[in-house]
Amino acid sequence: MRPGTYLDFEKPVLELEARIRDMREFANDENVELTKELRLLERKLDKLTRETFASLSRWQRVQLARHPMRPYTLDYVEKMTTGFTALHGDRAYGDDRAMVAGPAMLSDRPVLIVGQQKGRTTKEKLANNFGMCHPEGYRKALRLMTLAARYGRPIVILIDTPGAFPGVEAEERGQAEAIARNLREMALLPVPIVIAIIGEGASGGALGIGLGDRILMMENSWYSVISPEGCAAILWRSEGAVGNAPRAAESLRLAADDLLELGIIDRIIPEPLGGAHRDAAASASMLKAVILESLIELGALKPDELIARRRDKFRKIGVFSEDDTF
Amino acid sequence: MEWFRKAKAGLTRQDKQDIPDGLWTKCGGCGEIIYARELERRFWVCPSCEYHFRIGHAEYIRLLLDDGVLEEYDRGLISGDPLKFKDKKKYPERIADAQQKTGLADAVVCGIGKIGGRAVSFSVMEFAFIGGSMGSVVGEKVARAIERAMTRRIPLVIVACSGGARMQEGILSLMQMAKTSFLLAELVEAKIPYISVLTNPTTAGVMASFASLGDVIIAEPGAQLGFAGPRVIRETIRQELPPGFQSSEFFQEHGFLDKIVKRTELKPTLINLLTFLSGPNSGVMEKTGSTLPMPGGLPESPA
Ligand SMILES: [Zn+2]
Repeated sequence: MRPGTYLDFEKPVLELEARIRDMREFANDENVELTKELRLLERKLDKLTRETFASLSRWQRVQLARHPMRPYTLDYVEKMTTGFTALHGDRAYGDDRAMVAGPAMLSDRPVLIVGQQKGRTTKEKLANNFGMCHPEGYRKALRLMTLAARYGRPIVILIDTPGAFPGVEAEERGQAEAIARNLREMALLPVPIVIAIIGEGASGGALGIGLGDRILMMENSWYSVISPEGCAAILWRSEGAVGNAPRAAESLRLAADDLLELGIIDRIIPEPLGGAHRDAAASASMLKAVILESLIELGALKPDELIARRRDKFRKIGVFSEDDTF
Repeated sequence: MEWFRKAKAGLTRQDKQDIPDGLWTKCGGCGEIIYARELERRFWVCPSCEYHFRIGHAEYIRLLLDDGVLEEYDRGLISGDPLKFKDKKKYPERIADAQQKTGLADAVVCGIGKIGGRAVSFSVMEFAFIGGSMGSVVGEKVARAIERAMTRRIPLVIVACSGGARMQEGILSLMQMAKTSFLLAELVEAKIPYISVLTNPTTAGVMASFASLGDVIIAEPGAQLGFAGPRVIRETIRQELPPGFQSSEFFQEHGFLDKIVKRTELKPTLINLLTFLSGPNSGVMEKTGSTLPMPGGLPESPA
């Protein structure tokens, strides 16, 4: 097991898997009869896997959402679509590599793909700023979404970001304005918009490409107003933010089933036991099926009806009561 | 049924807290000791250095609306606790404390008022209520204020003052950004003018939604404006921030603010802008207001 490719709580499972692999190899190479032993170990692995992954805490799901081996936007694009053509630039300032966008074929449908890309290698991570977008990223996304809308092409958005980049230049170039404008412009785009949170959905950085007709969440992704660390830094500053992130994750109710229960998302995409990275191909095919299904449903609506439903979806979000005596 | 009550703006409990106690007070800008009555007469702007003290919602109502009158709507919208948020202090207790402190049910006051004789859908945020943060109630009230502007075909004015989305309502707070921005898209379609007035501070989720979407955006001098908090930026880039970073002046210099307007000139500026924006092709019912501002004139003083 290469360091930096697994999480602590995955370790026992991975070690047992490795032991079984070794034993099987040994049995084959040396022509030794170990079927019984192998079967026993496999049963043990099955039990351990279930125990480890069956009821994950919110914090464990956050960790899986950040798993170094987790499929990223371009992994899904590669597995779900053909002919993806990445397009660059916001026509104003520059190109943000943390935001990828371009046309692709999803089965037989031309769609626009938009999504944040974290980067796998250290070099990629730095080039992509760890998936944290600058204003030009949001503006590139909007430019191409407007283009897709003009030509009647649906939009598929994959969200995976630890947040919009908090830096001096991002502020100078209007990070807040870029996100706000996207929200206002996406509201009335007359084509279906299907959104999937595939990993991290941190705050305004995620929402900046997050307004649409269907919101899907991968089972082990998270989506909230602030990261667990950010929340912990505010709530438990004196006691240490990092150690309290798991508590904050619980408080924020940021997991997929929380958001389904709160009426924010439409569907959860199940992941293979242990997380999307344990079978990226299976994860992609699950996601693809639900996106296609959503596009077929939404494709039946006239643009006015589509926008009216989108409006209702967001207009009704909020929990409050009315007390006339206040 | 929508109900309202006329709120003749006076000093609320909250204002008394924000405004320094005693006869004399020290300026946060230049350190000068100023007679409090003098400050009050100048809408809490320092006579020496023009430092703008933070004032509350009632003061903005008195400063900006004709006769200081707001016909208030949706006063009784009360936040729930959808997350059963676990914290040192329970969220409902936090709300109750803020209500006690401010006399408001939540962090924004909305209604109909007149500016230079022209009816507007007016909203003003209250920083003393959990940092002016936006949860479900603020989002809903701003949404209704936008809808009121569309229904009555009157311009929209929002005075923002907020640290951003309210953490204790998690994803529901975040979605208020989408909700308010969605309705502002419809406001644009309806050609109803919207002036966004930014005060100290306007940041994060509020800045990244309705506060950034005015047809015209004006701000008081020296306000802190931006997306990310300075502490987060400093910790991320591990560098000291340049002087004046994220101030109104910084915002205007970088092209994200139409104009910096001194507090004492806010009302005449609003009147001028509203007159211009209520043009023949606008969706507003009443194309002209009854009074025009005196050039550079001061609004009526309260005392
Ligand atoms: Zn001063």
